[in-house]
Amino acid sequence: MLKEKVISSEKQCFHCGEDILAKKYIQDNKQFCCSGCKTIYGILTEHNLSNYYVYNKIPGKTQSKVTSNFDYLEVREVISKLVDFEDDIKTIITLYIPAIHCSSCIWLLEHINLLQSGIYQSRIDFLKKQVSITFKNDELSLKQLVQLLSSIGYEPLISLQDVVKTSQLKKTERSLITKIAVAGFCFGNVMLLSFPDYFGLADFEHEFKDFFGWLNLAFSLPIVFYSGRDYFVSAWTNLKAKRLNLDFPLALGILVMFLRSVYEIILQTGPGFVDTLCGLVFFLLIGKWMQERTFHHISFERDYRSYFPVAVTTITDGIEKPIPLSDLKIGDRILIRSHEILPADAILLKGEAEIDFSFVTGESIPVKKTLGEIIYAGGRQLSASIEMEVLKPVSQSYLTQLWNNNAFVQSKERIKTFSDTASRYFSIVLLCIALSSAVFWLPTDPSKALASFTAVLIIACPCALALSSPFTLAAVLSIFDKNRFYLKNTAIVEELARIDTYVFDKTGTITNPDAASLSFNGIITNDQMQLVSDLARNSGHLLSRELAKFINKPSVFPVQEYTEKIGRGISGKVNGNYVKLGSSTFLNLPLNSSSNSSIHVVINNTYVGFFVIRQQWRNGFKELMQKLSLGSDLHLLSGDHDHEKNQLIPFFEDSRKLHFEQSPQDKLDYIQDLQKQGKKVLMFGDGLNDSGALKQSDLGIAITDNINNFSPGCDAILDGVSFNRIPQFIQQAKDGVKVIRMCFVISLMYNTVGLYFAVQGLLSPLMAAILMPLSTITIILFTSVAVRLFARKNKLL
Amino acid sequence: MNMIYFLIGCSILLALIFLAAFFWASKSGQNDDTFTPAVRILFDDEVADKEIEISDEDHV
Repeated sequence: MLKEKVISSEKQCFHCGEDILAKKYIQDNKQFCCSGCKTIYGILTEHNLSNYYVYNKIPGKTQSKVTSNFDYLEVREVISKLVDFEDDIKTIITLYIPAIHCSSCIWLLEHINLLQSGIYQSRIDFLKKQVSITFKNDELSLKQLVQLLSSIGYEPLISLQDVVKTSQLKKTERSLITKIAVAGFCFGNVMLLSFPDYFGLADFEHEFKDFFGWLNLAFSLPIVFYSGRDYFVSAWTNLKAKRLNLDFPLALGILVMFLRSVYEIILQTGPGFVDTLCGLVFFLLIGKWMQERTFHHISFERDYRSYFPVAVTTITDGIEKPIPLSDLKIGDRILIRSHEILPADAILLKGEAEIDFSFVTGESIPVKKTLGEIIYAGGRQLSASIEMEVLKPVSQSYLTQLWNNNAFVQSKERIKTFSDTASRYFSIVLLCIALSSAVFWLPTDPSKALASFTAVLIIACPCALALSSPFTLAAVLSIFDKNRFYLKNTAIVEELARIDTYVFDKTGTITNPDAASLSFNGIITNDQMQLVSDLARNSGHLLSRELAKFINKPSVFPVQEYTEKIGRGISGKVNGNYVKLGSSTFLNLPLNSSSNSSIHVVINNTYVGFFVIRQQWRNGFKELMQKLSLGSDLHLLSGDHDHEKNQLIPFFEDSRKLHFEQSPQDKLDYIQDLQKQGKKVLMFGDGLNDSGALKQSDLGIAITDNINNFSPGCDAILDGVSFNRIPQFIQQAKDGVKVIRMCFVISLMYNTVGLYFAVQGLLSPLMAAILMPLSTITIILFTSVAVRLFARKNKLL
Repeated sequence: MNMIYFLIGCSILLALIFLAAFFWASKSGQNDDTFTPAVRILFDDEVADKEIEISDEDHV
């Protein structure tokens, strides 16, 4: 988990490892790529914190040129929403810091009190990338704390729906762990006390038999009434709803075992089945724990609130004032700075707007807006600050009203899993066998009738069956996890196995947001390319970065007289040549090709040509579509324009299944229509505009290139790297269901053997005590081996 | 053989102590983060000395 970057050349920044560009920043014989990195190094060495560079080589992250505005952290309402605890002396706050990635980060952030004496202590949870800080109120404000963190390169991500995980979820999990602990404690002791009886006691030891029996009975009480309580509750609620689930035979088994043990021990007729009972509950709870284990470091429940900012700057009578987003009213005049997100639909009043809507509409190219135009919430301003007037409250915007939809209100219908269906028949057959064996013995031997009736219910208690699903699915989950495919819970595996329709979003889902392919129209020499590359490296603009990456040359010449017109173009003197890059208006070119996605090149006042940007498909997209199209239905829902339609048609068998310019609501409705046709729909999406569709679909998978970045609420998150493995994942899910069925057969075989003795009334406690753990261990071994074998077959291991 | 009663009593008491210790550990959040403490324990305590070490490395 702690990865180390390898320094490949001397020309890398000591702090972050980025290539060092034209201008060098040097301190203490160490080179830095930018003043940001150098400043951090300066701060750290000054405070004796240079250990940071000892634990890992290049522990830092590239410093973005944008520094966020934290004025809103002075607003009382905002502070009280964010902090965990506050009194007159100290404040405790938990912050989510995406930059945490190595042991140096842990070390630095836990020694942050050396930088600022107002901090009592800080504790990191590495997997959740959270830091919990306790600080003195009178020495340090929250704003200063956050500024301090971002000054050393660890800017926390603060949002409305807090990304910090609350410990509420933990409570249920902790109670389950307590139950397992109690069950394990009782199981161990009971086993110890039961062994003498199994091995046979000498005559003079018989006085212990009663003593051990009573002790066993005492240990069984917490097992039945505390650890096993949930099974009775679940069986009862299901029974009231006229359903027979797997908990019914389990609860029945536990109850019968307990009653018969009480009966035998009190009347001193036998040792009872306490040993089997404790083992059963212990194993069942472990299975439950396996099933409920989730990824605490990944959030599946995010909505627009975790993407939107916490506060926004308003302007009243020329005075800037940050206010919480919930206080934003229609008619407020707001200031959106560069790289800030617009939180509500608003009219542009002042400034040049260049908005990146890729997350909201799926449009891949930033859009320019003129004064008086309405801009929808969720867009990110790329160029300089703009002023706007709010038209709609935050929750009623074009984008956010999606969350008022029904799909978000009602919870997804729980799918009927294989064990649900199987257990219904299982319970009925079980009761029939138990009753018929009782009826068979009743006329001749009433005591045997009762013995065989209870024995059937005890031995057929579907422990192995109940464990087969959680263990198989948990094994599948961990294999997916290794392949960077993270499921919300184990039930998703079975859902994945029965999908027959696939719907894709375009931008960011099937296209790779980090790799746009460029092509040059015109004639350009290698030397000229070098000049363009050196110039482009100086700009932080998205297109310039793409350009520098595309040309892929090391920087050679420094750039002089560099100027950047935000959102329009850049110019500078490179190796004595005047180079200009930018839009046609920036270069005063005739408007023949005014498309936003081309970069024109002028060197020494001669027009050379232009670069065209085209989206690139993700790795293995073509093969993926070929594999998926066999036997299933493929659709495309894009919010973007249809300028790439012709390139996409070959991938989809039917051009009528390609839909462009779809609003978030359209996408949701489209999925609903498919479901009405009886289809099991899997939606792949990445942006907020897919949220509705992801929620509505039977299985929504969000694709992301960094699992710590924002991803919309979904059932599963897939790392873009594993995009081409989707068919393998689906095959693995199907194989997982196959393994569950095989387990079912195995556990039935064990049950048959046990039943053979049980119906004759010959089942001894020893036999039950051997058979039950044996079948359980067989199932656990079988599932883990079988799932791994299938994973190897599917090339996932 | 009356010793058995005493011994069984002791073993159960010991087991109960361990169970209580586990409850305490679980309640005080020791199992919440199972990754970071493993890294934390490897850090050195003395901060100032380390700095000299780095600069030595660089001059070599």
